[in-house]
Amino acid sequence: MTMKASTRQVDGVTIVDLSGRITLGEGSVVLRDTIKDLLGKGAKHILLNLGDVSYIDSSGIGELVSAFTSVQRQGGELKLLHLTKKVHDLLQITKLYTVFDVQEEEAAAIKAFSR
Amino acid sequence: MDSTLESVNKAEEMAGQLAKEAGFDEDARDGIAMAVREAMINAVLHGNAYDPDKRVNLSLEQNGREMIVTIADEGKGLEPEEIPDPLAPENLMKQSGRGIFLIRAFMDEVRFRKLEPGTEITLIKRVPGTELDRQEAST
Repeated sequence: MTMKASTRQVDGVTIVDLSGRITLGEGSVVLRDTIKDLLGKGAKHILLNLGDVSYIDSSGIGELVSAFTSVQRQGGELKLLHLTKKVHDLLQITKLYTVFDVQEEEAAAIKAFSR
Repeated sequence: MDSTLESVNKAEEMAGQLAKEAGFDEDARDGIAMAVREAMINAVLHGNAYDPDKRVNLSLEQNGREMIVTIADEGKGLEPEEIPDPLAPENLMKQSGRGIFLIRAFMDEVRFRKLEPGTEITLIKRVPGTELDRQEAST
């Protein structure tokens, strides 16, 4: 299954709706390219909607970490939205759950960005 | 198997299927499939470095009590004890280095063996409620 990413803007926040698998190869590359593209366009508030992401491997976790640090380095913020149980558990065991700002509701997530 | 991503995906799929036949529940099956995926990534990417002349040997078996997966590459070798702890604060935000940690998190037993050349990793998961599992629980 390939990964898809589509972006939309809500109140100054770029929401990236991801679906599929973020794994070594195509999935990780799609995420990397999407973040690179958004940062190139000057996006500062990025919300990754992982509600339809069925699976992430260690490469995908690395890509999420890389996205987080890249956005931070540019003075922006990256938050995660709608984690599935599998992804939630994976972030828990890798101790990354507390590193990422994980949100459960889109409206609340948008408000949570500092402006 | 070839040293390709297709082999990684294929091995993951086969492991998930065999874990189902062995009677593991969905969480355990996902964990086994992920551990096999990560071990295959190590073999294909870090071991054989996608070299088309190097092969990965995959063996999967289950006997109703446990599932045993062995993956061998022909790479430069791996020193598992030298891999930094990915949970250490200084490593937490690193992009890579979580594969072996995840394998250990999802399997009951993980063994490494040096080959000439390469590395063989054996992954074992016991079916809950069987005698093997009870022995493990009491030790």
